[in-house]
Amino acid sequence: MEKRVTFKGWLLPMCLLMPQIIITAVFFFYPAGQAIYQSLFIPDPFGLSMKWVGLGNFEYLLGDSYYRASFVTTAVFSILVTVTSMGFALYLAVLADRLIKGSGVYRTLLIWPYAVAPAVAGVLWLFMFNTRVGVVSWYLGLLGYDWNHVLNEAEAMGLVVVASSWGRVSYNFLFFLAGLQAIPKSVIEAAAIDGARFWTRFRTIVFPLLSPTTFFLLVVNIVYAFFETFGVIHTITAGGPQQATTILVYKVFSDGFVSQDLGSSAAQSVILLVIVGALTIVQFKFIERRVHY
Amino acid sequence: MATIKLDNIKKSFGKTDVIHGVDIDIADGEFIVIVGPSGCGKSTLLRMVAGLETVTSGEITIDGAQVNGVEPMDRDIAMVFQNYALYPHMSVEENMAYGLKIAKTPKAEITERVAEAARMLQLEPYLKRKPRELSGGQRQRVAMGRAIVRKPKVFLFDEPLSNLDAKLRVQMRLEIKELQSRLGITALYVTHDQVEAMTLADRMVVMNGGVADQIGAPLEVYSNPQTEFVAGFIGSPATNFIDAALVPDAPKGASKIGIRPEHITLLPSGQGKLSGNVVFTEALGAETLVHLRMNSGTETFTVRQDGAMDLPVAGDPVGVDWGADDEMAFNDKGRRV
Repeated sequence: MEKRVTFKGWLLPMCLLMPQIIITAVFFFYPAGQAIYQSLFIPDPFGLSMKWVGLGNFEYLLGDSYYRASFVTTAVFSILVTVTSMGFALYLAVLADRLIKGSGVYRTLLIWPYAVAPAVAGVLWLFMFNTRVGVVSWYLGLLGYDWNHVLNEAEAMGLVVVASSWGRVSYNFLFFLAGLQAIPKSVIEAAAIDGARFWTRFRTIVFPLLSPTTFFLLVVNIVYAFFETFGVIHTITAGGPQQATTILVYKVFSDGFVSQDLGSSAAQSVILLVIVGALTIVQFKFIERRVHY
Repeated sequence: MATIKLDNIKKSFGKTDVIHGVDIDIADGEFIVIVGPSGCGKSTLLRMVAGLETVTSGEITIDGAQVNGVEPMDRDIAMVFQNYALYPHMSVEENMAYGLKIAKTPKAEITERVAEAARMLQLEPYLKRKPRELSGGQRQRVAMGRAIVRKPKVFLFDEPLSNLDAKLRVQMRLEIKELQSRLGITALYVTHDQVEAMTLADRMVVMNGGVADQIGAPLEVYSNPQTEFVAGFIGSPATNFIDAALVPDAPKGASKIGIRPEHITLLPSGQGKLSGNVVFTEALGAETLVHLRMNSGTETFTVRQDGAMDLPVAGDPVGVDWGADDEMAFNDKGRRV
């Protein structure tokens, strides 16, 4: 028996829903609509008039080698962030799962980085790796390695990947630990008695049983790397050097707000909108069905 | 096939002592049942034999080799868990083949052995199914099959039937016994159910508070319990206990006398060793349980009599009598006098 509250009129339910509807409309529908609208125009350099170009902005983007390079950069960046943060989190979760004493302390400490805002995390890592005063780059210098992420593209990518993954490890760790603890202990013991040593057990029992968690985190982390790493990139590299760390979201910002090419920027937002929509569909469709034992 | 020897096994979790020195000698092919109430340490004992718990002190020997520090995978044992512990992402076939695959058994042999086990356990139609598509009884069989295919030295059973319904339990009990005697593999079986213990065991170990109170053949334990606990725990309905002072001609040094319900005869009021009143009766058909309150005090007696006999009426005063041979006398430490 389901008990439902039914409203007779429409006024009260409308009032109750209104705050959420207003927020969604003002901060989501309106800007999204604006982006779609603007993506069809090119403004003049002074922003006084707009010229209708149809799908011209999209056509230009698809032919633009910088934009295609940014796609590759984004792919590399998000794969690295996802693999780094998930791999490290899984490793820590497996260790914490085996721990009997003091696991509460570990868990609490490991969760803290998640509370640090991306921009702040970016600044933290920037300080450590600063080419002149950074602690880490100084030690690297002692070892004979000349760290310079301002000039070296691979080092720049490495640094933003590490900075973006850092807080993410906490989040993934929590899910992995919960997933590990949901595996019945007797199943692991049965495998041990069947002759499987730790690594074999992990490969054949634990990891397959974690697959729903892993798949969920995969989607969530890709979405994170695509859309929520702006703060880190902006504080550390600002997309450089040579656009080596300009991921799609950063390019929306730099083309639109720095280069003032609003039409192109809007078109890029629309493309991102499609991508995030597709990812959401994947998440909903497949999480429930595909990866299940 | 193997012998197992437990020598003064002790186990503590932190400061709590759970097992206080257990000695058991198990012969090759023997079916040993460890029975006791919850918390008596019987599962811990089994898990130590499996290698899933460390031994605090004492020695476990399998086939003459000391295995205290040996990992579970190197002990050549198979275990059936209470919740079956099947691998949920593998089919029945894969579940049974898992151990063999790890042991790098040739493929043809794996197929053959799994097929054989499936035939023995009537699992052939379900080989491709996942555990979640099976009933409780079928899952239980898969867990058995997983143990059988490996042809281990020792079978360990940790309350394997307690998640099944009563009818299935009786059926699986017979099957386990039959399989074990056919395969001739030494088995160690833990249960809290004394009927399982009585029916399955070649010898049973009655555990009480971390101590093996008595080890012996089921009927020997039943008819000749060495402690008050064993006398009370084995047998249903439970043994009647009465203060030795109230019993005429009680043996010297006895503080309690135990008499099994089936050894008591009801007599008309005024006759026999003691007298009391009928509180209520339970007619079960083949037998009738008569519950008495004794006149001597607060003791209650249960009497088991043939179902064909007349039912006593509640409130009736009656006398009870028993043969002197059926008296089990225990001293104030609960030991047999």
